[in-house]
Amino acid sequence: MSAAAPATTLLVLMLPFLAALIAPWMTRRLGHNAAWILALAPLAIFIHFLGFAGEMADGGVVTGGFAWVPSFNVSFSWLIDGLSLTFALLISGIGALIILYSGGYLKGDAQLGRFFSFMLLFMGAMLGVVVSDSFLMLFVYWELTSITSFLLIGFDHTREASRRAAIQALVVTGGGGLALLAGLLVIWNITGVSQISLLLTYGDDLRASPFYLLALLLVLGGAFSKSAQFPLHFWLPNAMEAPTPVSAYLHSATMVKAGVYLLMRLNPVLGDTAWWETILPVFGGTTLIVGTLLAIRQTDLKLMLAYTTVSSLGLLVMLTGFGSEHAIAAAVLYLVAHSLFKGALFMVAGLIDHETGSRDITGLGGLRKAMPITFLAAMAAAISMAGLPPFVGFLAKEEIYYALWATDPWSLAFVAVAVVGNGLMFVIGFAVAIKPFFGAKVETPQVPHEGPALLWLGPLLLGVTALVSAILSPLTHRFISSPMASAVAGQAETVSISVIPHMGPALILSLVTVAFGIVAYLMHDRLRAGIAWLLAAIGWGPDRGFDQLISGLVRLSVAVTRLVQPGRLDIYMTVTFLMVALALIGPMAWYGEWPSMPVWPADAQFHELVVIAIAFIGLLAVIYARDRLTAIVSLGIQGFAVALIFMLFGAPDLSFTQFMVETLAVVILALVMTRLKLTSADHRPTGRKLVDLTVSLACGGGFMLYLLAVTQQPFNTALSDFFSAYSKVVAHGANVVNVIIVDFRGTDTLGEIAVVMVTGLAILSLIRIRTPRAGAIADNDPDQAPVPAQSAEVR
Amino acid sequence: MRTLIFRSIAPFLTSLMVLFSIFVLLRGHNEPGGGFIGGLIAASALAIYGIACGVAAVRRAIHFHPMAISAVGLFMAALAGVLSVFAGVPYMTGLWIYPSLFGVELALSSVLVFDVGVYLVVVGAISSIALGLEEGDRD
Repeated sequence: MSAAAPATTLLVLMLPFLAALIAPWMTRRLGHNAAWILALAPLAIFIHFLGFAGEMADGGVVTGGFAWVPSFNVSFSWLIDGLSLTFALLISGIGALIILYSGGYLKGDAQLGRFFSFMLLFMGAMLGVVVSDSFLMLFVYWELTSITSFLLIGFDHTREASRRAAIQALVVTGGGGLALLAGLLVIWNITGVSQISLLLTYGDDLRASPFYLLALLLVLGGAFSKSAQFPLHFWLPNAMEAPTPVSAYLHSATMVKAGVYLLMRLNPVLGDTAWWETILPVFGGTTLIVGTLLAIRQTDLKLMLAYTTVSSLGLLVMLTGFGSEHAIAAAVLYLVAHSLFKGALFMVAGLIDHETGSRDITGLGGLRKAMPITFLAAMAAAISMAGLPPFVGFLAKEEIYYALWATDPWSLAFVAVAVVGNGLMFVIGFAVAIKPFFGAKVETPQVPHEGPALLWLGPLLLGVTALVSAILSPLTHRFISSPMASAVAGQAETVSISVIPHMGPALILSLVTVAFGIVAYLMHDRLRAGIAWLLAAIGWGPDRGFDQLISGLVRLSVAVTRLVQPGRLDIYMTVTFLMVALALIGPMAWYGEWPSMPVWPADAQFHELVVIAIAFIGLLAVIYARDRLTAIVSLGIQGFAVALIFMLFGAPDLSFTQFMVETLAVVILALVMTRLKLTSADHRPTGRKLVDLTVSLACGGGFMLYLLAVTQQPFNTALSDFFSAYSKVVAHGANVVNVIIVDFRGTDTLGEIAVVMVTGLAILSLIRIRTPRAGAIADNDPDQAPVPAQSAEVR
Repeated sequence: MRTLIFRSIAPFLTSLMVLFSIFVLLRGHNEPGGGFIGGLIAASALAIYGIACGVAAVRRAIHFHPMAISAVGLFMAALAGVLSVFAGVPYMTGLWIYPSLFGVELALSSVLVFDVGVYLVVVGAISSIALGLEEGDRD
């Protein structure tokens, strides 16, 4: 089977989901060793996508798919070009290593099977995001990554901190996803196409549209929330509550890059405008600086890395916003380099945590002898992160400075931002790779020793990849960077940077960065104290803002509920009937279309008049009845009289039903009344009676006027002609009413009987509600602490 | 309400009404009647039986929980629509067969199955409400 066959690609896209299905079962059988088998799924995906590399290098694009909802022009279709390919390789390649790593990290955890399942689900979702061609497919997969991320952050659901972090991530990224959906729909409306591959030719139309800014802002809402841009960055460090494999995979290497992916993907159609080239660099640059400063402040290895991830994402957004040829090449290289070194560093942090029981950088030291392989992997990753040769991080940094260097103030400002950001990342990279390994041995909760192969294989391989891809840079550029840069730019691009440094402003800026980094590294403790003081002085951050927003929302909804749901039946009834009266009388009054006064029917028969008189007597009896039971039965009399009228005027089906409904209504109402234990007679104050009287008169009068107005219109016989002509021929039935119910409009009836049944269930549960003690149904007031158990007993 | 006469007559009355409801249900396609009306008649039959002989007797008589009867009805109605898949026509298209039984031609259809589903939903939902109310504070 060829790699491009649609069926194979579909199977490959579904493979992670299938693996997720069998993962729990397999983990029950094999324990943590199931990782070796489960990692085969991402490996197979990796190999499949590697098969596209040659075609992509020659500038090829592979599309395929199936119709999904053809009537809405929605398809399940994929687009594989240089950009998708690089992402797919990162997702599947790092994914395979992460699965292995998870097996070692969570060895013996009772929930390991569930964990594998979530990880594989996420992998499938992420893969879907980067290969989606259709807008809606992109959106579905996008939200699926948010949901799987929620499940993984909240994996340790017994701790409140992880539950909070999970909800926070879901609210921020899920909300951003909705903005993205709106943005995609706006683009769809402007251009009329719903596929990315078709969109590329509509760039100019889109940029010229008056709705361009709206579309841009909505799409940016999705991308910035997912890629943790300031001020929405706060969810990402909190997401570190998840087990370390999750942080390494979702929250550094793949998911958080979905936003960057989206920006890169839409760069050819949305980019190259003043808005794009202002908003992206400004937000990206701010995020870069804020992220690194907050990273310096931390002492927890994972949090240090998390904040540098925020700043790296800022750097990527900033570069994408510049949009020049070199900026795109730099973004591409940095994205690949970041996935490799940050994934490795997270795994190292997890490894140290796993083997020593601590990940506080001030409580670690001298691990070099005990954990030599970990140390090697950490150094490789840190050198790449610091942007030193001969690692791929160096290529990326050189290209960044090439792209940014110019002498106008706007560019110089961003050069300064990049130098400071890179210098501080240099500090964090080496702080993570050097401080725990050098210096005097520090006592740790566990005696340190090298972890199992499952744990060190991942970081080591990623470090080696970072080295090899830089040394063999012509191959990397041919198969990865150039095709990807071409896809981002929307035209053919060639990336050509190599590990051999050459003189120029870029090299000088690199040296400045390194010098700045070394100085800052030596002053790390003082910097940390300074930033801690500054943050304490500010005292408020978006993280607290999120809590305030959520509790504000809860308070608002409580207030609204109290307003519209006061819990008194008579208010509900009055409001309902008042609305019915308004709906009936309002339009007639507004348009002045009152019915004309009907004439007295000359051919009224005596028995018809008698039946109508019975109905009237029934009604009067209802009003003058002394107790409720009599009123209910009198209401039944009126109903039977109406049923008789139906019968006399040729609607036997309606009449039958009316008879049965009236009978049952009387029975059920009588039963309800006996159950409610009301006083037998009705004592309302006169004012209340007047209000009720007005409402009922308005309602009844409204119905009367409405029916008169309807019957005074000329009768349109189109429907009755149709049904009497076709009911016997098409539906084999002479009873038109029944044929309409069960055949012509059968699906409607299906819905109606479902409603009947659900109503029955609802009424049944209402009947079954017991109130044995007062206050048994808790008042859901979020401001109050839950009532402790003993106080309920006292009551 | 539990007079001797009423209690003696109620079982017969109920049986007759249920029989009549089935008759109304089956003839519904060509003459006044159908699943909805049939269901209402059967529900009132059960209500009469309940008033006369108590809820426990009704529950014994219908054997299944009324809500379960309702659920089966809904399921039947939905399945009746699915039948059309096998004929390759859109959902809910009526299908008819005319087998002859002892020399009499019978008109059987997916529409009839659907109508029986409607009947069961109505009987189940209404009588479960009525029985629930009649039970009073006992459970």
